[in-house]
Amino acid sequence: MAGGTATVLLMRQGLLRPAHVVSLRTIDGLSGIARTPQGGLRIGAMATHRAVERSDAARGYSPALVDAFASVATVRIRNQATVGGNLAHADPAQDPPPMLAALNATITVRSPRGERTEAVETLAVDHFTTSLSHDEVITSVLLPPILPGTREVYLKFLPQTADDYATVSVAATLRFADDATVADVRIVLGAVGPTTIRAKRVEDALRGARPTPERIRDAAALVRDEVDPLDDLRGSADYKREMARVWTERALAALTR
Amino acid sequence: MSTHRLRFTLNGTPRELEIAADRLLIDVIRDDCGATGTKLGCGVGICGTCSVLVDGELVSACLVPAVFVDGRSLTTVEGLAQDGELTPLQDAFIRDGGFQCGICTPGQLIAATALLREHPRPDGREIRDWMMGNLCRCTGYYGIERGPGGGAVGGGLGGSAPQVCRELRLSRAALAGRRARSSHAVR
Repeated sequence: MAGGTATVLLMRQGLLRPAHVVSLRTIDGLSGIARTPQGGLRIGAMATHRAVERSDAARGYSPALVDAFASVATVRIRNQATVGGNLAHADPAQDPPPMLAALNATITVRSPRGERTEAVETLAVDHFTTSLSHDEVITSVLLPPILPGTREVYLKFLPQTADDYATVSVAATLRFADDATVADVRIVLGAVGPTTIRAKRVEDALRGARPTPERIRDAAALVRDEVDPLDDLRGSADYKREMARVWTERALAALTR
Repeated sequence: MSTHRLRFTLNGTPRELEIAADRLLIDVIRDDCGATGTKLGCGVGICGTCSVLVDGELVSACLVPAVFVDGRSLTTVEGLAQDGELTPLQDAFIRDGGFQCGICTPGQLIAATALLREHPRPDGREIRDWMMGNLCRCTGYYGIERGPGGGAVGGGLGGSAPQVCRELRLSRAALAGRRARSSHAVR
């Protein structure tokens, strides 16, 4: 157990009945947030969401990353919930995973067999399910240096309350080439599939192109067929597909304004 | 079920308890320590009635395993007043009618206390961010808004009362209405 916000809830609801619980709280070396010598960012798995919010290193790396963590629930939850716990929980509606994936973050995972790394983008394999095996623990998140000319954005559509999960969220990074075409773009959506969804068809439609409003509109429309939302109290699957299109277009407009 | 020996301070008083590993902080505070000022509301971390401070950090006691507070310092609503002297914030809640039925008041006071400790002169965004998670089923928000506003001003903590109140009203509008949070970073 890391911060315990998700685990305690699952236990209270009878969805998780562990025979033993091991707390990670007193293990040294799992917290801390610092820039890497290369210009990236390392976040310890036990760092809380609030620690990321308050971190000058994190803000200096990417204000959009800080905003994604600050979008989670309330101050109370963010004081307790941890970065590693958030990723291990694999809730597809959480705010940090799409932004971390858009920034090409990797995690470091430890087990009795040693250490390995894995992309945040491929960590979740289904609703609340990761590729981690039962003896593996996330120890840190590593974000690579951001290339000059890159812009980032995190947009969260909240039609109900301010502390709600997203109806749809869009994290995106975009880098311009010298000739004002799109050199690179990464778009990752939350809350509209069993995991976060990388909008590869939208990306392909933009890479190498001049991002005119018409091009962005046409590219964003492709996201409707990439997402896989469920009907729930935040809207029908059809509604969410349409909102995924709208918010993808808004994210791209913000990045190319 | 294993048991753990737990040592912590509750409102400055050292406590030592033997507790089962699955106990939650809210139950230990209320049932084992008899400090019933902190209420259990939703039990899922949303409503804010169980707000307490652990080493000064605002958390939901209904989501915290009690073993997590071993060696730490806990503040509940009973610990705000010192020697029978209410804090300026508590005075402001009384003066401005910052409650109706009162069930959410301990949580509102704890959350506002944490806000003012971290941001002695909170701006509108900070007030919204900190107070939006404390629900009042009586919808007594206008009085509660005047509480932190009056407390902030009365305590010499800055900001004009009308401004603070306006920002808090905006936050309630945000809770009820359609809005999106967005961020935009450009290098």
